[in-house]
Amino acid sequence: MNITVDEAKCCGAGQCVLVAPDVFDQRDEDGIVVLLDATPEAGLHAAVRDAATICPAAAIQVHE
Amino acid sequence: MSAARQRIAVIGASAAGLAAAEGLRRLGWDGVITLVGDEPHPPYDRPPLSKQVLSGAWPPERTTLRDPGRLAALGLDLRLGTRAVAYDPALRHVTLDDGERTVLECAGVVAATGVRARTLPGTEGVEGVHVLRTLRDALALRRRLAEPGRRLAVVGSGVLGAEVAAAARGLGHRVALVGAQDTPMERVLGREVGALLAEVHRAHGVTLYPGRTVTAIAADGGRARGVELADGTFVEADDVLVAIGSEPAVDWLRGPAAPDLSDGLGCDRYCAAAPGLYGAGDVARWYHPGLGRHIRIEHRMNAGEQGLAAARNLLAELDGERFGERRPFEPVPYFWSDQYDLKLHAYGVLAGAVRTEVLRLGEDPLRLAALYGGPDRVTGVLGIGLTPRQARSLRPLAAGPGTWEEAVARLGETVAA
Repeated sequence: MNITVDEAKCCGAGQCVLVAPDVFDQRDEDGIVVLLDATPEAGLHAAVRDAATICPAAAIQVHE
Repeated sequence: MSAARQRIAVIGASAAGLAAAEGLRRLGWDGVITLVGDEPHPPYDRPPLSKQVLSGAWPPERTTLRDPGRLAALGLDLRLGTRAVAYDPALRHVTLDDGERTVLECAGVVAATGVRARTLPGTEGVEGVHVLRTLRDALALRRRLAEPGRRLAVVGSGVLGAEVAAAARGLGHRVALVGAQDTPMERVLGREVGALLAEVHRAHGVTLYPGRTVTAIAADGGRARGVELADGTFVEADDVLVAIGSEPAVDWLRGPAAPDLSDGLGCDRYCAAAPGLYGAGDVARWYHPGLGRHIRIEHRMNAGEQGLAAARNLLAELDGERFGERRPFEPVPYFWSDQYDLKLHAYGVLAGAVRTEVLRLGEDPLRLAALYGGPDRVTGVLGIGLTPRQARSLRPLAAGPGTWEEAVARLGETVAA
């Protein structure tokens, strides 16, 4: 799994951080998503896919 | 199971429908997934329509939710420009308006048809009168606002009306915001915070007409020229945006054995409206166990979450052995709104609060955290001008079991942390 994020689309909702805190964080200044781990281990994949599906700005892309 | 029973139809190809289709595939449904959308476009995102698309910051393609490759990888039977016109709950048959009235035999159906913009009667076909729900709507208004020096009257001061007023001011147009409420977004934010928002709009040069109802849209030769208000005021305008709410798109579900369709598709805690029929997104009014009542949420966030939940529960109903047990859908709702350089974040349910507690953070009146609910418990929290961490830290207050007094006591330390 390889994750990319579109910072310009991100609306700073932080839902990805709630769903997959090991993979996503938010920048302090503006809340934009910070990708902590672009190639997370298999145990985190389901949470990452959930985060991508529910991201309200469609800013998370998962490539498998 | 016959071959025809190997189909799940997702009706509605916006955020909720796409999330459901994606969820079905991801959770292991290897039968047919028919995704039906009445617009010609592949699934796209609506929140940018009233912001980035209207302002011209984004080309419309940017709203596409999944690029063609990722959409193709889902292996969908994708039917765009097609509308569902009937549903038979006993047979689980969906009828399409594709010219041949094709009947889809389904194992299960996810209804994600969303809402339609409410219009003002008598304004059909009047040039310069707009609603904003679809990409087409947004581009029509965008074309008008691409010319400089327009006068835009926005009828309705809810979330959409307030956002469009801000975007149009950003483009330098003269903007009037007419609302039956006393302050913008009052139904959601309450009067105290709504009054702050009103000041922001005024400071940016929007002319507010609060507490007014519209009696007519005046037109000359089929072209709008202004809005008449009940108190006799006439607001001159080249274009009028009607943003007075929406109606759930449930007509296709009507029939003798139809489920409860009062204010959207009535669903239980699992998002099920009937055996094999699940609702998701703006159209679904479901029983939220935590709130102890039915609720229908028109937030972008809910569309994705509920699409996924409906997919999961439908699969569990169809094959519990393979897909596990159904789970109640019990989210903490989340929404955000951008107006000028303001960012509003809210968790839980703010509307209908009987008490609010507004905590101002320093000199700037537009940095605040607020609790909504009462008399005994908090149902929602709002943050304006907070850091993301502060905004996120508010969430447990909306979801927590504590009393109103406990939440008020914790509010200060929460945002200070």
